[in-house]
Amino acid sequence: MWDYSDKVKEHFFQPRNAGVLADANGVGDVGSISCGDALRLMLKVEPVTDIILDAHFQTFGCGSAIASSSALTEMIKGKTLDEALKVSNQDIADYLDGLPPEKMHCSVMGREALQAAIANYRGEVWSDDHEEGALVCKCFAIDAVLIEDTIRANNLCSVQDVTNYTKAGGGCSSCHEGIEEILVKVMVERGETFKHGAQPKEEAAPVGMTNLQRIRKIEAVLESVRPQLKRDGGDIELVDVDGKTIYVNMTGACAGCQMEALTLQGIQQKLMEELKEFIKIVPTKVSSLSRAMKG
Amino acid sequence: MEAIYLDNNATTRVDPAVVEAMLPYFTEQFGNPSSMHSFGNKVGLAIKKARMQVQELLGAEHDSEIIFTSCGTESDSTALLSALRAQPERREIITTTVEHPAILTLCTFLEKEGYKVHLLKVDEKGRLDLEEYKKLLTDQVAVVSVMWANNETGTFFPVVEMAELAHAVGAMFHTDAVQAVGKVPLNLKDTKIDMLSVSGHKLHAPKGIGVLYLKRGTRFRPLLRGGHQERGRRAGTENSASIVGLGKAAEMALESMAFENTIVARLRDKLETAILAKVPRSFVTGDANNRLPNTSNIAFEFIEGEAILLMLNKFGIAASSGSACTSGSLEPSHVMRAMGIPYTAAHGTVRFSLSRYSTEAEVDRVIQVVPEIIAQLRKLSPYWDGDGPAAEPDKAFAPTYA
Repeated sequence: MWDYSDKVKEHFFQPRNAGVLADANGVGDVGSISCGDALRLMLKVEPVTDIILDAHFQTFGCGSAIASSSALTEMIKGKTLDEALKVSNQDIADYLDGLPPEKMHCSVMGREALQAAIANYRGEVWSDDHEEGALVCKCFAIDAVLIEDTIRANNLCSVQDVTNYTKAGGGCSSCHEGIEEILVKVMVERGETFKHGAQPKEEAAPVGMTNLQRIRKIEAVLESVRPQLKRDGGDIELVDVDGKTIYVNMTGACAGCQMEALTLQGIQQKLMEELKEFIKIVPTKVSSLSRAMKG
Repeated sequence: MEAIYLDNNATTRVDPAVVEAMLPYFTEQFGNPSSMHSFGNKVGLAIKKARMQVQELLGAEHDSEIIFTSCGTESDSTALLSALRAQPERREIITTTVEHPAILTLCTFLEKEGYKVHLLKVDEKGRLDLEEYKKLLTDQVAVVSVMWANNETGTFFPVVEMAELAHAVGAMFHTDAVQAVGKVPLNLKDTKIDMLSVSGHKLHAPKGIGVLYLKRGTRFRPLLRGGHQERGRRAGTENSASIVGLGKAAEMALESMAFENTIVARLRDKLETAILAKVPRSFVTGDANNRLPNTSNIAFEFIEGEAILLMLNKFGIAASSGSACTSGSLEPSHVMRAMGIPYTAAHGTVRFSLSRYSTEAEVDRVIQVVPEIIAQLRKLSPYWDGDGPAAEPDKAFAPTYA
């Protein structure tokens, strides 16, 4: 059974704002019946101020689809349409204290429902060209369509390439067989054969970011987590950046803490999201200061 | 609140008598049956007894036709791979669209290795078309693998007849009978079935033990090579405690065969009839007139199965569903899709599978709870309008694919 948070269960068993909203002036129907998750979002918008006075939902779907629909209505009530549009599917998941990656992939449709309902309110037609394939990488919720498109667009030829470009396969690595199968298929299309151990393409540095900008970004991420670490009597410092490997030094109470691995994993995730590339964070015992002195 | 377990097609509780029979084989009877000394000898005798107990349940002619394996999946893989290796000149496999993944995923893999796989379709009640089957049977077919009873709907396939047809073209016949063994009387010695898979934990034995029945004279190539265990057909030190447990479970299953087909079947029928009477827009999937005595698969239209299961779980009731969400896949059960059940119903299928431990009181409680849950979830559904479905459900709600 899925490991749902208490918040998800609460919103599933006691959904807020469920049912038809009689005087709705914006309605959005989105989802996929084949996947088993679809949502109707109904809004009552104040025409002068564009403020959402009320929001209701009806959902055909699983526990997380119902809970995330309920959460969405709670989050957008009282917001203006522009403010509401800033709510992302990740925000909904955060509001519910997280969701399993498989569920993020298919059952959280809040943002799309909002766009559709607002388009309907404004008399526009909303369409979504989003296409979903079977989930390949469960660690980062990456599907087959995205992997295939990325391989094709960038002429990728190794699993490492795919990981660099999409993050798929960068976690537990159990999907590498699946990624290889997609590589084989796409490479045949362009008249090549997949060879294990092919040299990955040169590092996929994020477009338009110099080394300095990249390091500054890394420091900014570390800065953003610092307050939490300090609260627990610890700290983190950047030691070096070598391609995809980021060396850090955990100090104070963080050093040797049993939760160190978990903390680092969280920071690594955050770094990957900000840098939009796959990186590895490695703790070192040598502080930057002593390195500098030895140097 | 006492938990009510109606998910016996997923797995069963180990019978206390089975546990008791197993316990000595963890402690004083720890010997390796291959050893020469008395420690090993006693275990060897216990395994011999278990083999005969399983032989009797299956109605096999010889006890040497029983090969102990680790699970149903291992038995399935061993059977198919053996048939292909033993007849390298034959490159085709026939199976069905509604097999368990233990067969289907293996067949997809074999297809990539160059074998031709034919998938037999089923009709809206999950029945096969034997004419289609006969047309596919040629001297190119190495093996036919057709399940005895479907795990989701309980529907039986005519495996005895299909085995005869396979033999007529010299193809081997395997059946995945993990759901049928222990629930329906078997008499393999009077059939042309060459290989049959059993899973211990479906009949109140522990997990991690299975059987491959291999009819004497059937050409065989082992999957695991090494020791001489199981007459060299499945190397690896015997899981002696579990083998003894499976033997005991087989004996008990044979004793309760009549009970399973009368009392359990009646409870299942009571549950099903009452739910169908109380819940509008619900129907039985599969072939209700030809199925396992313990299984009822009911589709509740316009709601989704995982949500139903979460609600049931809150009331202490365990069942399972064919919805996509319960498996983490993007499609509802392949069995429901194969029968052409529409998505709005396929996602709302719930399988109740009873056992000889299920009681009348439990069934009454489920009958009381299910209609409430369904009504509650339908209130949330965009396909539902007040007390019934929206006038034209497919037009009332046609979401943009997002």
